[in-house]
Amino acid sequence: MTLMETIREARAGGEVQAAVDAIPYAVFLGITAEIDAEGRLLCTLPPRQGLVGNPHAAALHGGVVGAFLETVAALELLWRRETDTMPRTVNITVDYLRAARVAPTHARGIITKLGRRVANVRVEAWQEDPAKPAAHGHVHLLLG
Amino acid sequence: MTSFQGIEALPPSEVVQRLMGGPIPHCEELGIRVESYDPPRITLRLPYQEKLVADPDSGILHGGAVTTLVDTASGLISMAAARPPQAVATLDLRIDYLRPGLRDRDILCTAEAYRVTKLIVFVRAEALQADDGKQIAAALGTFMVTGHPLGSETRL
Repeated sequence: MTLMETIREARAGGEVQAAVDAIPYAVFLGITAEIDAEGRLLCTLPPRQGLVGNPHAAALHGGVVGAFLETVAALELLWRRETDTMPRTVNITVDYLRAARVAPTHARGIITKLGRRVANVRVEAWQEDPAKPAAHGHVHLLLG
Repeated sequence: MTSFQGIEALPPSEVVQRLMGGPIPHCEELGIRVESYDPPRITLRLPYQEKLVADPDSGILHGGAVTTLVDTASGLISMAAARPPQAVATLDLRIDYLRPGLRDRDILCTAEAYRVTKLIVFVRAEALQADDGKQIAAALGTFMVTGHPLGSETRL
């Protein structure tokens, strides 16, 4: 099966984790996904030492946090929208608001604009408290 | 450009130890290495790996791996360029993906600290395919000077 076939099947069966598991880099990071009580896609990045960015501070690598946000933006589009192609990232902007500790990190995306060919997705990541985001960003994706 | 007042040339193999005080765990996982250190520029290499792809059929590298390479290169040169050299924290990072990174191609990222102030280091970076020099990403980042010594926390 191709990646898009796997994702279509996951979408049809409501199995969001199967869609994540079709993307090797998402598996490498260890991203998990669920549909929360409000019906929204909620992704989690479980902590591990291999994701640390500074040997002296127990903090996740900033690149990992950015990569997590980018992946969540693409998943939000894949999950919400009937599409036959993988969205392609045009660009991403990330603001780092707090150091992300070696603890579970959660993220959600909101499709701010869905055009015919391009989408803008806002994404936010937090740890213990959703009111204290570790990072937020926005991503432009081509819908192909 | 103002003259560079940070840490002068070092052998590539000593850069991370000098700036971070030890290996960066996630960069070890990705096999990221310093290719050259020529202040105010640094170049890092990310070897192509199947685990880093976005789509197993195409073998195209996931943008997230490029983000980590860019953030690492930009952060390291910011630490070296800060006055005095010290730990920094990423304020923001914007990356344009110009074209996909193709299967089996290593990626080189060069980051340059082009403006250094008391509190902020401004960095631009580009990522290229190592074999044919095709540019795959362009980035701009700003880094906050923390006041913490090199090899310590990067928290503000």
